[in-house]
Amino acid sequence: MDEPVILIEDLHRVYTMGETEVRALDGVSLSIGRGEFVAVMGPSGSGKSTFMNIVGCLDRPTSGRYVLEGVDVSSLDRDARALIRNDKIGFVFQNFNLLPRTSALENVELPLLYSRKHRLSDAGQLERARAALGHVGLAERWDHTPAQLSGGQQQRVAIARALVNEPTILLADEPTGNLDSRTSDEVMEIFQKLNDEGRTVILITHEPDIAEYARRVISFRDGRLVGDVPVGQRRVAGRLAAPAPVAPGPGPRAPEVHP
Amino acid sequence: MTKTSSILKVAFRAMGRNKLRSLLTALGIIIGVACVVATIGIGEGARIQTESQLRSLGTNFLMVFPGTVTSSGARSGWGSNSKLSEEDVVAIRNEVPTAAYVSASIRTVAQVVYGNQNWSTSIQGGEVDWPLIRSWNVAQGQFFTDADNRAAAKVCVLGQTVATTLFGSDDPVGQTIRIKNIPFKVVGVLEAKGGSMMGQDQDDTVIAPYETVRKKIMGTTAVGMIMVAVSSEDLVQRTQDDITALLRQRHRINRAAGQEDDFMIRSQTEMLQHADEQANTMKVLLWSIAGVSLLVGGIGIMNIMLVSVTERTREIGVRMAIGARGGDIRAQFLVEAVVLAVFGGLVGIALGIGIQSLVAKYAHWPTSVPPTAVALAFLFSALVGVTFGFYPALKASRLDPIEALRYE
Ligand SMILES: Nc1ncnc2c1ncn2[C@@H]1O[C@H](COP(=O)(O)OP(=O)(O)OP(=O)(O)O)[C@@H](O)[C@H]1O
Ligand SMILES: [Mg+2]
Repeated sequence: MDEPVILIEDLHRVYTMGETEVRALDGVSLSIGRGEFVAVMGPSGSGKSTFMNIVGCLDRPTSGRYVLEGVDVSSLDRDARALIRNDKIGFVFQNFNLLPRTSALENVELPLLYSRKHRLSDAGQLERARAALGHVGLAERWDHTPAQLSGGQQQRVAIARALVNEPTILLADEPTGNLDSRTSDEVMEIFQKLNDEGRTVILITHEPDIAEYARRVISFRDGRLVGDVPVGQRRVAGRLAAPAPVAPGPGPRAPEVHP
Repeated sequence: MTKTSSILKVAFRAMGRNKLRSLLTALGIIIGVACVVATIGIGEGARIQTESQLRSLGTNFLMVFPGTVTSSGARSGWGSNSKLSEEDVVAIRNEVPTAAYVSASIRTVAQVVYGNQNWSTSIQGGEVDWPLIRSWNVAQGQFFTDADNRAAAKVCVLGQTVATTLFGSDDPVGQTIRIKNIPFKVVGVLEAKGGSMMGQDQDDTVIAPYETVRKKIMGTTAVGMIMVAVSSEDLVQRTQDDITALLRQRHRINRAAGQEDDFMIRSQTEMLQHADEQANTMKVLLWSIAGVSLLVGGIGIMNIMLVSVTERTREIGVRMAIGARGGDIRAQFLVEAVVLAVFGGLVGIALGIGIQSLVAKYAHWPTSVPPTAVALAFLFSALVGVTFGFYPALKASRLDPIEALRYE
């Protein structure tokens, strides 16, 4: 299994807006192997989200090659990309993007409803969704709607949703951007656990200490890859000591029970 | 393609998540279909009733009216110089052997008073054969006699409605009532005819001798109409022809010289046809109203679906990000539109049937909802759902997932 999960060669993404051209990605080449945990950093507007959208098959490159698990996906049409997203990609967003007034379980079940890989019975779908919720430690909250969950819990539901279809890669665009540092640590703990189980994780962040949870950090500037370094001292989540500064938030919460 | 059950699941959950919006979306269709079912039920009931009333008169029944019929079918000269006379009545009686029973007839509306009871009703003047022609018998007392008619006696026979209105449970026979302030002796009460013709209560009437009504109540010389019962059904056409010939001769009408008849004979069959034509005109009108209200309902669906697509842009983005294809999104919104339209259709049908049975109960108007109308209303609402749901669904399916996810 030496073949990289993601192989990118000379990737360009140019937005044309009237006269002006924005080179959001300007010649990026990169390879990411199975089981890696990569943090993507860089100043605002450097092209991180653009990169992520292309890796997640939401967008297509203007030029360049993107090979996902040995398949060139750079020129697939909308429907084919939707299939790939359902099958191989799990998205986690900064603002969670859960369906409102919908239980955690049904939110997690959603990707299965569009799946062609897993043609499960209704009961099978629910069981799978329940298992994914259990994986992020929220089995008991299955019937809570997003409004009844804290930010950290909502993000964990979103991670369960990203997981439920057993994707090849997990993509997270600033998943801790809306969370305080204690909750961020809880969320990063889950990402680390998933990575330890062998999943490939790519995560955008602005915060250097979040990047330290990863094993490798790549940096963008002006649409170019300007840094690619392994993390020397990997930070391990779940060991956040009490003195860590806690941003003003909903106050201390009882620790979640992890099965 | 994604599993149908999944599409249905997705659509039903989305509708359940916002029940008020779903109800509002369906409201136009609910009202439209309820209108359709109620109006058609009421119209159809009236048609059936009219028809059965006409049929109950018997198929060997002719009516001779004064007046001409123009080529366009409109009646003119009504009551002017074109008149039917009592001599015409006598002539028909004597010279047309197939006319079994003949009665001059006249009608007006007047106040009838008994004690402190006061009632406005239809006063009909008829001759002694009237009950035989109308196949309408006397329940209490008896009908007036030919002698009463010739003497213009102030006697009358009451319809059931008038009898109960004026006398309650008392026996009216032998009592005296006042019609236009003239005292009339009640000699009989007609049996209840029941039902109503064109929404009118047939029992709400008083029958008096023709001569009495003509002279004492109306003060006219003209015959309002001549009623003829033909001895057998297959002689109706021949009788009609004979009366036509007789009256033309008596009124000196030269058809060859292009003169129009100054009278008009209607047979039962023609009246039925006429009623049917009217019912059909009514039906076209009702179905047009129905069509317009369904159209309005459909536009309502499209309107709210479009708003809903905009409102749910983020949801659509999320669905696309996790792998829904354009077709899945389109199917979801289309299913929502059709389910809401069909739901609206069903509720509308129930509501419509409810309305028309209320009308039947409280307005004493006969109603009948034909199953075809229900089936059509149902089918149309589904069609409306597909038609008007399609554009919003298409719009939703064409959203760009990245922009949709960013939508605030
Ligand atoms: N749809 C678009 N149309 C035009 N320009 C765009 C579009 N999306 C992104 N850009 C531009 O491309 C560049 C890179 O944007 P991108 O969103 O990838 O940055 P980013 O690194 O994710 O920034 P941030 O940290 O603020 O999220 C920016 O200059 C941005 O203005
Ligand atoms: Mg970004």
